[in-house]
Amino acid sequence: MVQYAKFAGDAFNWSVLGQTLLLGVKTVALTACIGVPLGLLFMEAPRRLQPILLFVIVLPLLTSVVVRTFAWIVILGREGLINYALLNLGLVAAPLRLLHTELGLVVALSQIEMPLMLLPLISVMSRLDPNLKDASAALGAGRWRTLFRVTLPLSLPGLLAGCLLVFASSVTAFVSQTIIGGGRMVLMPFYIWQQATTLFNWPFAATISMILLVSVLAVVTTLNALGRRSRALANG
Amino acid sequence: MARRSSGGDISYRLVLGLLSGIALLILITPVIVVLITSFTDSRSLRFPPPALSLRWYRSLFDPIQSAQIHTAAWNSVVVAFCSTTVAVVLGTAAALAIAGRRTWWAQALDAVFMSPLVLPTLAFGLAALMFFSTLGLPLSVPLMIVGHVAVIVPFILRTTIASLSQLDSGLLDTSASLGAGAFYTFRRVTLPVIRPGILAGAFIAFMASLDNVSVSLFLAGPETDVLPIRMWSMLESTLDVRTAAVSGVLIFSTALLVVIMDRVVGLTRRIS
Repeated sequence: MVQYAKFAGDAFNWSVLGQTLLLGVKTVALTACIGVPLGLLFMEAPRRLQPILLFVIVLPLLTSVVVRTFAWIVILGREGLINYALLNLGLVAAPLRLLHTELGLVVALSQIEMPLMLLPLISVMSRLDPNLKDASAALGAGRWRTLFRVTLPLSLPGLLAGCLLVFASSVTAFVSQTIIGGGRMVLMPFYIWQQATTLFNWPFAATISMILLVSVLAVVTTLNALGRRSRALANG
Repeated sequence: MARRSSGGDISYRLVLGLLSGIALLILITPVIVVLITSFTDSRSLRFPPPALSLRWYRSLFDPIQSAQIHTAAWNSVVVAFCSTTVAVVLGTAAALAIAGRRTWWAQALDAVFMSPLVLPTLAFGLAALMFFSTLGLPLSVPLMIVGHVAVIVPFILRTTIASLSQLDSGLLDTSASLGAGAFYTFRRVTLPVIRPGILAGAFIAFMASLDNVSVSLFLAGPETDVLPIRMWSMLESTLDVRTAAVSGVLIFSTALLVVIMDRVVGLTRRIS
């Protein structure tokens, strides 16, 4: 327990844990914000286009994590795509610093994890009875009202499953965190690796991993419990 | 009333279209950017590239210049192939035992086997390193394979359990009543039904092993370098442009594998 006391005694450790979990929450929020509309678009797309959309959605899954991370270096870098576009449009005078920022990391992670959000979401949405939407429209509800009162509540189990997977993998995304986040941002996975392989402080590294494990487990169990309740509600 | 709802209709379409547009852009751009960058002529990762050439591919395939990358890539393929083979045997056996059972131990085992999907496998990687070094075993490729098996089994388990649920238990009874032994029934009845599930799981497991960082990070040493770790250190230290060429090769070979697997088992249908 000495190691745990050591962890608890230092405010730095708490800030590392907090930042890591916060990163997970931010990534989940962004993926949900753009993932849900894409899921809805997928459901409304003509049958012919659906396989193509599905291919685009699983595309990140089929490229290695390191490749995806590398892509974002090229996009966010000083001489990268975004800075090139902004400079040429005359929107900024000097290249923006996008790499090694938290914003860059969150955007990159949301691409890297997007399929994990969309696959469960789409599988739940495609089981919804399309008559429900028509019924809602026939009863005079606008499309927004139908979305928030009918479609979203019923897709909640899929959404929660997606959030769970995105959260779990973004807090442990070692490669993306160290390369896009950069050395100034210390997050739990890097902290574990540093303690274990460069400082050879295995007991403390084990302590940090246990704390990360338990924190993720707590979030996962909470989301799972919510998921069960939402399924019960959705099934009436 | 009608006017108001059509106003809502337009704003709904606009917001939905805009947000999904952003999502699609974020999903597609990175792959295209990597492919274009891999043909750059420049020593830096400038985008768009000033001129196109094959110099980084040439440098990548040069056996002397890129010896380290070749060793790492070979190790990765060996580890992925062996660990998938072991995981297929273990995963299928576990799936047969767990599928359809509602007993507490089946549920508990299911949760244990699935845990690498949601819990930080980084903790498992560290644990494996500490465990092996307590036993006094030096880092080696077989140990790496053992480590990978633990984290890729869930993929096989999931698809195999799903395909077992489509197996009509009446078929098994029929086979038994016709005098077939348990093993014969497995080989001639169960296996043909669940084979697509096993193959799809094996494919995902193979890719997951090839791509694994969290376990390899702790078990990789000078002798057991694997591709993702090598690429990570290339990016971490110097932003080596050869990474772009490696990425290009990976994207093309994965695309090829996916097309083949889709022909064989209908992979895209199974993942979703």
